[in-house]
Amino acid sequence: MTMKDNTDSMVRFEKVKKVFAGKAVLDGMDFDIRRGETFVIVGPSGTGKSVTLKHMVRLLTPDQGDVYVGKDCMNEATGSRLAVLRERFGYLFQGGALLAWLTVGENIALPLREKTTLTEAEIQKRVHATLEMVEMAGDYDKRPSDISGGMCKRAGLARAIVTEPEIILYDEPTSGLDPVTSRTIDALIARLKEELGVTSVVVTHDLHSALSIGSRIAMLHGGRVAETSTPVEFVKSKNEEVQSFLKSQFITEAGQWERDAR
Amino acid sequence: MISREPEFFPPSRNMFGRLGRSVVFSFRETGRAVVLLVMAILAMRHMFKKRSRTEIVVQMFVFGIKSLGVITVVAIFTGMILALQTGLALRQFNQEVNIGTAVMVSMLREMGPFMTGLILAACVGSAIAAQIGTMVVSEEIAALEIMSIDPVRYLVMPRLVAMLIMTPMLAFYMCIMGVIGGGLVGQTQLGVSWDAYIDNATRFAEVKDLVVGMFKAFLFGGIITVVACHQGFATTQGAVGVGFATRKAVIVSFLLILVVGYFVTRIFYV
Ligand SMILES: Nc1ncnc2c1ncn2[C@@H]1O[C@H](COP(=O)(O)OP(=O)(O)OP(=O)(O)O)[C@@H](O)[C@H]1O
Ligand SMILES: [Mg+2]
Repeated sequence: MTMKDNTDSMVRFEKVKKVFAGKAVLDGMDFDIRRGETFVIVGPSGTGKSVTLKHMVRLLTPDQGDVYVGKDCMNEATGSRLAVLRERFGYLFQGGALLAWLTVGENIALPLREKTTLTEAEIQKRVHATLEMVEMAGDYDKRPSDISGGMCKRAGLARAIVTEPEIILYDEPTSGLDPVTSRTIDALIARLKEELGVTSVVVTHDLHSALSIGSRIAMLHGGRVAETSTPVEFVKSKNEEVQSFLKSQFITEAGQWERDAR
Repeated sequence: MISREPEFFPPSRNMFGRLGRSVVFSFRETGRAVVLLVMAILAMRHMFKKRSRTEIVVQMFVFGIKSLGVITVVAIFTGMILALQTGLALRQFNQEVNIGTAVMVSMLREMGPFMTGLILAACVGSAIAAQIGTMVVSEEIAALEIMSIDPVRYLVMPRLVAMLIMTPMLAFYMCIMGVIGGGLVGQTQLGVSWDAYIDNATRFAEVKDLVVGMFKAFLFGGIITVVACHQGFATTQGAVGVGFATRKAVIVSFLLILVVGYFVTRIFYV
């Protein structure tokens, strides 16, 4: 189903600018996410992290600049072409965005039922396997309104990965989760990358997961990328924003992360 | 694309600016609602696929069966009021028996479709607008779009089809209940026997009354659904916006039902 091309660049922003109510939320955003990497986006609340993700799947269109997915320019895609491009993505929304009248299981089955020709038995198998992955094996029949925020998020994650997309966008996958489950989700993201070669874009406030799963970490500030670096460089960065971000989560000693970093 | 980018406009400077803007906006909204209708009609080609069929039946149940109670009560009392008022007037000429025709014809031609439309606009239209509005706010619509599941096919089309089928049926049901209500009043208050009442009622009503009435109800069903879905999709500003969308959906449907109702009558009976 998915379309492959041979460039190494999966998602590329070129001088993307987006203005909301006279305020430039993205202002000359430039970056290039490569195939198979886990690109982590960090930054204070309201700097446009979610807005950046939405540009990747064209839920928002740049005012200026271009967004490329592989070789294709997202700005111009419409109709079936856009549908094909979107099929390459899985998207975990910040709030989960599960359909309220379906059960958790039906929500996860939805993209398979609507977009594939799999038989019901195959769909069930895949849904249960995916639920297992996000540690929700027993919650197939629950309604989104009856489960906790963290569980909604995990169910949303399951829905994002059940179609085995090439690129997965995670909007704060671990916020609102307990630390133990957070690490399970981190491990899951790492596993998808290793086993399936998935390209991931992770928006997070959780430095612990940023440093442990990220191939590269981008710090957003003032509508653009203030710094992009590997986790090892990140903790040593001289950049002021990065420093205050690190300090806020009590990470002052670089050595600790150099040992753990992959 | 159904999910819209947020829009921002500078506040208008004076009354004329506000007026002009609201005129332009209402044209734009009308245009969008018409586009939505066309898209929903195009999506009807998927109507007979299994998944859509199930969804349509579910929606028919939700809209139809669940409004049955209100509709029954409203219908019986509408019929009773009609019978009583016309009966009291006709009594002066000893023509009480003609309440049969009065109730039957006015129910079929106007009151049946009209009251059904108003009830469904209030019950079903508001529910649809609130549901879709909530989905917009919680990014569920955006999620559907990313999964390339067309919200028009998935959400609007089944509701539209269900309403197009259910509204005439409910309107017909309302007519029957109204006539029964009128009969009750005739028998108990005006001394018109049941047989005479039914005989009078069926003698003068024409098939045309039934057909036009049901056609009206069909139109009302479409209006309610499209207006509600459109308002739902146009929701902005979070939970507050859902309230606005719901209110606007009901008001706009009410107005359109009145206006369209008049013109259909005008076209078929003048
Ligand atoms: N639909 C919208 N309408 C108006 N303004 C918006 C909209 N979406 C985002 N914004 C503005 O864009 C800015 C960035 O929003 P965004 O949701 O991307 O923040 P974020 O970095 O994801 O924050 P958080 O960490 O809290 O999720 C905010 O200032 C917000 O006010
Ligand atoms: Mg966000």
